Amino acid sequence: MTSVTLVRRIRARPEIVFDAVTTTEGIAHWWCPDEGPVLSSECEARVGGRYRVRFRLLDDSEHENSGEFLEIVRPELVVMSMSWKDGVPDPGESRVEIRFRTVAEGTEITVTHSQLHDERSRSSHTEGWTGALRRLEAYCAG
Amino acid sequence: MVNYQDRLGRTFAALGDPTRRAILVQLERKDGATVSELAKPFAIKLPAVMKHLDVLNDAGLVTRSKSGRTVTVRLRPRQMREAMEWLRRYERFWSGRLDRLAAYAESKENEARAKGR
Repeated sequence: MTSVTLVRRIRARPEIVFDAVTTTEGIAHWWCPDEGPVLSSECEARVGGRYRVRFRLLDDSEHENSGEFLEIVRPELVVMSMSWKDGVPDPGESRVEIRFRTVAEGTEITVTHSQLHDERSRSSHTEGWTGALRRLEAYCAG
Repeated sequence: MVNYQDRLGRTFAALGDPTRRAILVQLERKDGATVSELAKPFAIKLPAVMKHLDVLNDAGLVTRSKSGRTVTVRLRPRQMREAMEWLRRYERFWSGRLDRLAAYAESKENEARAKGR
């Protein structure tokens, strides 16, 4: 399965990080991946509720993400679907899982964005995908 | 001309199978292997391996060249790079987002503490 996972530690308690991820106001502060603006955001954080965020990157391209909340456990877990409108890097619907864990300095957040571009191979084994790819990448770069 | 999305879809579909990934890893160790060399570690028959190679070939991940009765398989890095670049784009997106999320949540935390909560 095609996925990317990132882990980050944040010096804030899980409730605060969780609310930053699941409120309309919070999302407007961070959804754009570079210093560009979030143009609009709406977010109804309940299972079955939807979110929609429109943002502009510094290269002036505009993108819109939207999806549905599939699981919500405050302040531990959010699972949502995600699709793209405009600037489409991915034509299908993917899945974003965000976990919040209490650590000494605040919160450890783990984001796993999966089902990227692999509708046709969803039933296949997932292990080893990334490892094999990384090594191949090193090979290709070498 | 096959468009970018179709090509990526084929690449990721090809990479979705563990046997095909194992074949690629073998080729990474020894580029320019013959089909029978590639088939050796697997408990599957040669025709099945050939089918996997067809998929990898269609996805642009390997090339095959025939010399006499021997078919030599080689990795084709370009398509792999394109697939990696596409994945990296997501990593960059999330990395940037998490930087901003951290900055925002930390300012909220400081506000809450200043209010004695």
